[in-house]
Amino acid sequence: MSEPTTTTVDVNGHPCRVWTKGSGPKIGFLAGFGGLPRWIPFLDHLAESRTVVVPSMPGFPGATGHNILDTHLDWLVATRTLLEKAGLDGADLAGSSVGASFVAEIAALWPQSVRRIAMIAPFGLFDEKDPATDVWAQRAEDVPGLLCANGEIYKEMKAMPAGANSVEWPIEQTRAAEAAARIFWPLGNTKLERRLPLITAPTLLIWGEADRVMPRSYADRIAKAIPAGAKITTIVGAGHLAELDQPEAVAKAVLGHMG
Amino acid sequence: MKMLWFHLMPYTELPNDFKEKHPSVWVDIHSSLFDPKRAHHMYNDFLDELEYAAECGYDAICCNEHHSNGYGLMPSPNLIATALARRTTDTAICVMGNSLALYNPPTRVAEEFAMIDCISGGRLIAGFPVGTPMDTTYAYGANPSQLRERYNEAHDLVMRAWQEKDTFAFNGRFNQQRYVNIWPRPIQEPHPPIWIPGAGSVETWRWAAERDYVFCYLSYYGYKMAQNVMKGFWAEMDRLGKDRNPYRAGFAQVVGVAESRQQAMDLYSEPAEYFYGRCLHVDPRFAAPPGYTTEATQRAGLESQVKMAADASKAGPSTQAPSAMKMQMLARDMKGIVDNGYVIVGSPDDVTDQLMELAKTLNIGQLMLLMQFGNMSKDLTKYNTRVFAEKVMPRLKPLFAEWENKWWPKPLKMAERASLPAFAGSAPAAAE
Repeated sequence: MSEPTTTTVDVNGHPCRVWTKGSGPKIGFLAGFGGLPRWIPFLDHLAESRTVVVPSMPGFPGATGHNILDTHLDWLVATRTLLEKAGLDGADLAGSSVGASFVAEIAALWPQSVRRIAMIAPFGLFDEKDPATDVWAQRAEDVPGLLCANGEIYKEMKAMPAGANSVEWPIEQTRAAEAAARIFWPLGNTKLERRLPLITAPTLLIWGEADRVMPRSYADRIAKAIPAGAKITTIVGAGHLAELDQPEAVAKAVLGHMG
Repeated sequence: MKMLWFHLMPYTELPNDFKEKHPSVWVDIHSSLFDPKRAHHMYNDFLDELEYAAECGYDAICCNEHHSNGYGLMPSPNLIATALARRTTDTAICVMGNSLALYNPPTRVAEEFAMIDCISGGRLIAGFPVGTPMDTTYAYGANPSQLRERYNEAHDLVMRAWQEKDTFAFNGRFNQQRYVNIWPRPIQEPHPPIWIPGAGSVETWRWAAERDYVFCYLSYYGYKMAQNVMKGFWAEMDRLGKDRNPYRAGFAQVVGVAESRQQAMDLYSEPAEYFYGRCLHVDPRFAAPPGYTTEATQRAGLESQVKMAADASKAGPSTQAPSAMKMQMLARDMKGIVDNGYVIVGSPDDVTDQLMELAKTLNIGQLMLLMQFGNMSKDLTKYNTRVFAEKVMPRLKPLFAEWENKWWPKPLKMAERASLPAFAGSAPAAAE
């Protein structure tokens, strides 16, 4: 697993990290809950046949500027700016969890800006009869097992690397949870469902079979709301952040859809 | 020194096995534990106790705001303060306070506090807490990432609403009002004294000091554990060029007094164990919503942990725990409660000595006394309140006489005040 190229783009006067690796047609990826404090095997699998571009949204690891975004419109415009500056205009776009919610938003509001989209268990909906789990009201030790089928994988991703700043590293991880909270507190419901009918891009939905955060029923609701429907792929042995649990299978599904 | 009598209004009949059978006293405490018919008596007892404290000569009576909370039955402290305004005359009324970011629009706070100030004849102390994570972000659904920004803006709006003479438009990040013009307006000029409850956050200390507000450390863990926080506070005041006027600072302390130390232990063990065992049983799931603690405060905490870890590698394991876990690690039995110094319990001499030490070591001029705690009965509460007023209060009162308390209400002169109906005591006496 080699390191990607790192560049920085400016969004509202704040730096946002952009990772790039591989060759071929571009595919963008917006990270899930907790963000990406380090490069992950899933991205390498995508980079085998594509140029993978991974912009970090404001407040997620590698980026700041979440705390000047007050409304959902602020977040949408910031994300659109980020994708443009990362060179992803018109590219295929994938995302997971929190990031997947913005994949849907971008595809709905700026349909010309994406080619095909893939979303892993997106945030944005809430169903009282089948509620999503409150990821912000958890004992710290329960979080890894909630987000991944194999909690150890999440722990490893979040573990402080040798030589990292022992004060700034944990703050960056808390900031990622805060940035997600700033967008989605308290229920995760941004009324995304109202905008799903605007999506025209061919859509793939991926759900971890063992997702303990986002109910599987949400996949059907999303697919139903998109006029052309969506293909739904379930990943065995995966939790909410399916790309961490089963990197190869998820990458294969995404690449298969993008063609 | 000022002595303020502070009621939390705990539900006094949580079951014996509460801690074992229920995950949390706060946020998701089960409704089946609440009996409104019993609460009728509790509220009336609590109001009696507050009024009794006023009669006994305490400088102020205090109430505060909590939500979905088994140890704090005051979602609206303003209702309690208003009831107290009608049954007391000289005592200051301290509302500690209204969590500004929870009111929409925040001018509601400016209005209600102005009402209390008018009804009470200018006796209000206006507390502006950010509010705990449990109250604000979980029970009320406030966004933890915006809470402090909204709090700051709400503060600015309330202060302008109280002081500007003409109707104005408020064009904030979170609040926009075309016509801000509160009616009624507070008696106290330019506004009631502002007190800010908080903990060990340098930013809060600075913020309060810059505006010349009182900072109150509302800890349940006693004055010995508060030394570092208050040392930090006064060091920050030095840095800011503020004097060490003890009336800049308040502190809450649980106190139980009786004729002898043994008698006090016998009387107050049960309510203390109820308070620390059941009332402070909070699920840590609700302790640390991301964004509630600012990055500067996180940084200060992590830096001290790193330092402690470095020290611990030489001096054995640290006994310090992250604050979010504090409530899980509390002593729950009377021996631990006393040994850790959470409560001050003893004879009038014991209590006086310890409160003297508290006042001098923390440099506290505004002492908030928690004298009803846990499931303490009305009789015992009145006893505690009376013995303290008779035997402890007179010895503490002269403390800090050399300092001016610039943060105390300035009520109307008695001659200018409305006369209250003479119902005090008459109805119960007739029934007896």
